[in-house]
Amino acid sequence: MTRWVGQSLLRFEDPPLLTGEGRFVADLASRVAFLRFLRSPVPRGRIVSIDGPVDVTLFTAKDLEKVRPIRPLLHREDYRPVDQPVLARDEVRFVGEPVAVVVAGSPEEAEDAAEQVYLNIDPLDHVTSASDALRGGAPEVHDHIPDNVVVDARLATPGVEEAFGAAEEVVEFEVRSRRESALPLEARGSVATYDRRSGRVTLAASIQSPHVVRTVIADLLGMAESDLRVVVPDVGGAFGQKFCLAVEDVVTVWVARHLRTSVAWIEDRRENLLSSFHSRDHSYRIRGAFGADGRLVAIDADLVCNIGAYSCYPVTCGVEPLMAMVELPGPYDFQTYRVRSRGVTTNTCPMAPYRGVSRPVITLAMERLMDQAADRFGIEAAEIRRRNLIRRFPYTSATGLVYDEGSYLASLDRATKEFDLPGFRERQAAARQDGRYLGVGFSTFSERTGYGTAAFAARSMDVTPGYETVDLSMDPSGYVEARIGASPHGQGLGTSLAQLIGDELGVDPAKVRIVHGDTDRTPYGWGTFASRSLVIAGGAAKLAAAHLHSKLAAIAADQLEAAPEDIAISGGVARVAGTDSGVSISRLARLAYHSSHRLEQGMTPGLSAVATYDPNGTFSNACHVAQVEVDPETGGVRIDRFIVVEDAGVLINPMIVDGQLHGGVTQGIAGALYEEIVYDAEGNILTTSLQDYLPPTLTEVPDLEIHHLETVSDATLTGAKGLGEGGAIGAPAAIINAISDALRPLGIEVNETPATPERLRSLVRRRENGERTFA
Amino acid sequence: MKPARFDYHQVRSVAEAVAVLNRYGYDAKILAGGQSLVPAMNFRLARPEVLVDVNNVAELDHITDDGGTIRIGSLTRHVAFEQPTVDGPLGHLLTMAAHHVGHLPIRVRGTFGGSLAHADPAAEWCVIAALLDAEMVTRSVAGSRTVPARDFFHTVFTTDLAPDELLVETRLGKLSAFAKVGFQQFSRRAGDFALAMSAVVLEIRDGKIAEARIAMGGVSDRPVRADESEDFLRGRPADREVFVEASHLAADGFEAIGDIHGSPEYRRDLARVLTRRALEQATAS
Repeated sequence: MTRWVGQSLLRFEDPPLLTGEGRFVADLASRVAFLRFLRSPVPRGRIVSIDGPVDVTLFTAKDLEKVRPIRPLLHREDYRPVDQPVLARDEVRFVGEPVAVVVAGSPEEAEDAAEQVYLNIDPLDHVTSASDALRGGAPEVHDHIPDNVVVDARLATPGVEEAFGAAEEVVEFEVRSRRESALPLEARGSVATYDRRSGRVTLAASIQSPHVVRTVIADLLGMAESDLRVVVPDVGGAFGQKFCLAVEDVVTVWVARHLRTSVAWIEDRRENLLSSFHSRDHSYRIRGAFGADGRLVAIDADLVCNIGAYSCYPVTCGVEPLMAMVELPGPYDFQTYRVRSRGVTTNTCPMAPYRGVSRPVITLAMERLMDQAADRFGIEAAEIRRRNLIRRFPYTSATGLVYDEGSYLASLDRATKEFDLPGFRERQAAARQDGRYLGVGFSTFSERTGYGTAAFAARSMDVTPGYETVDLSMDPSGYVEARIGASPHGQGLGTSLAQLIGDELGVDPAKVRIVHGDTDRTPYGWGTFASRSLVIAGGAAKLAAAHLHSKLAAIAADQLEAAPEDIAISGGVARVAGTDSGVSISRLARLAYHSSHRLEQGMTPGLSAVATYDPNGTFSNACHVAQVEVDPETGGVRIDRFIVVEDAGVLINPMIVDGQLHGGVTQGIAGALYEEIVYDAEGNILTTSLQDYLPPTLTEVPDLEIHHLETVSDATLTGAKGLGEGGAIGAPAAIINAISDALRPLGIEVNETPATPERLRSLVRRRENGERTFA
Repeated sequence: MKPARFDYHQVRSVAEAVAVLNRYGYDAKILAGGQSLVPAMNFRLARPEVLVDVNNVAELDHITDDGGTIRIGSLTRHVAFEQPTVDGPLGHLLTMAAHHVGHLPIRVRGTFGGSLAHADPAAEWCVIAALLDAEMVTRSVAGSRTVPARDFFHTVFTTDLAPDELLVETRLGKLSAFAKVGFQQFSRRAGDFALAMSAVVLEIRDGKIAEARIAMGGVSDRPVRADESEDFLRGRPADREVFVEASHLAADGFEAIGDIHGSPEYRRDLARVLTRRALEQATAS
């Protein structure tokens, strides 16, 4: 019997993408008018007037008066809601904020038309950094939030002061992660087509959550949700940036309805870097108390997240500070914890979750804490982790999270063994004799995935995602179609689900088609984000397939005159176990539709099943090891080795899992060394092209050495744990720890990302005894 | 990121090109490889009203060895230098520099002359031209001029070329067979514009440095020669102590520029390190 789960099937999604037959949103923009947004040139100001020549089709907030502002909500005392008009109404709050839109026949003409519009905006004092925004007397980004604090959450267990009083060592430091972009290769965009016959609009958009977007746009425009169909064509990367609502998509639908025509907004790279969602930009102060045995006893943390000018819909700007607060403890066993976590609004581009969300930064914080503590105790980085990792399951954290079984210790031990730490220490010492600086960095972490409704409800979200539904049917020819609410956009989920369904139904996955990204065709769902789709849509697919399997078995049993429990289906044939007696699935399917009179009494014709799955969530875990060489004369860093020991439970398609790790680690390397959105003192962004915003290329990314552990917990139906974000979560800490290890002889600790050559060089310069130490 | 409206002229000879330039002057721009001009147009930072496409001007596409000099037609693509174009140290130096020019697709399209005329201070060919005291040959309807490299580069993106002039070729004097060359650069990623680079030519006779040339790029508003450092090196032994001192002199001898990837101080720091390494590289070869 062929088992499809566990096989590295080539992805069914790839042939069209690899042969140039992919269809992205810009490919759909034919015979349409083009929108061009006018964006604020100042970080904060009062709109005096917006004027254009009469022959330019121009819309401003005045024209969109009836459109409701976006109001992302958390039902928490410590959260203050912030409204966002889809076009700036009286005040602009960040450089790049849309203030008006023009419509023209081509993208070029739309840009020409936009140049003829005059924005008269009176600049006001602005603030771009969270630390400045928290100072008394700072400009107020929103009138009703005088201290600029949108989220101010606190948690404390008893005994924090006592723990620090009794500590053998207290490690205190600040850690900072600068602002990044998720940088999908395809920028955002949408095409709205108005159907004059029905009054319906079809919105084709490069997004991650079509149903949620349908609901919110209908709400904002005051239209019937059934009058809006949202479809998602091929998506060239999203990484969270396309999960939250784009105000431009709302405007696109509004213009299509207003002009009763078809219009397109195809975002360019400059717009994407300027005004699509940004991410990270966290600053933490961390204190860790350790006992004499090197065990972490308590943490006291103050976390500050710059959330930009507005809150993002639907998850709100609470997602970063609240996740950081609850998940900071990571894979370490300690129960005394005090934390304050704030989301601070500034005159910068709004933030949205990006692969990993807060966890690349909290992992950086915890892993820097561990390495600095190891230094204090004079023990190896691996050893301090060994003393502190969670060993008992289920484990309940200081913040009340329940960890299902994982392999925290085993993954560390495996990584240490694969790396040959003692051998490396010898090579490192020899290299230092030659004036070369090699370093190793460890990063052990947990990745909470498959957040169900209960997990999101704990955050008191007004819009509470979680469940997923799969609507499965087999047609009369025996081919299977699964309509899903998840919205994969490059993950290969279609292939993985086909493998799960294939095993459950005993059919070849090539006969299973996955339909997604069309609100007219698929059950309501939350889309694809937060490493959830394989866990949740996968669970729902398995449940639905099991229902369908039961019906097929019942029909087969009837035909073969056997008991349903004696029927085994595999290889497209239903057999009576232990006999040669069998019937093909395609015959059963034909019978179910075309000869329903031959079905058992009471059985409905046809073959379909719907199932919904809503787990509590699970934790995958991993250990990353980076080996680097730092050139202290230039500040340059080269990654010589990168090991990932990953435990994501049951692997449905190992090749796809490895692909996720490659992409994730690459984005982690990006955050550790290269990518940074830079604002100047005037609130302008200086990084609006790929000449200045620097994603790593293949040359900068080493070959990964990937090893898998498979801890099967009962937290998910399929045994699979999500891992879409793990690579991005773990890599920055491993690299920064490795750089710090390399520069240890110079007494340098690095606690900031990205560790650019200039930042490292300036740290080295400060340590040089004279100008010529390295000349 | 779509260009503003422009007119497009495709020309087939230098005479035709300079005639069009003569007609439109400041409003015209030469389109060769387009690797810098086209992105600038898409950002609407460059808004030429007329593009003069010289890609079909065969007389601009050549590398000619005149014995003592090589003449490089402006339309020669970067990729042509990936293999040695002439024997000896000059060919070796050009190959080293070529490998640092952008990525392969850029090297296939971009041109030697276009790079010089664009005058990005971090362009490898601008540094090579400064290092080798190249002579730039220009043409306009009024005739031809020869401009030495020291006079050609005025500042960032600005050269001695008049609006009606076309850069037709660049002349590089060959190096002595005993010359030793070094080329070092540092950039954020492979293929990026250098934060700093240093190119050197040394001739060593009887254990002493007889001739020294050093040029640096990416660190000032134009490629810079390290005159003081070159003077210091002449007559001294080629050892580490001398190179350390020479690299300090080189790095102190220019007005440094900065941007988000590197402050002036950092670029000066890099110029020093890379000059020392280029000198060491030259003597190690």
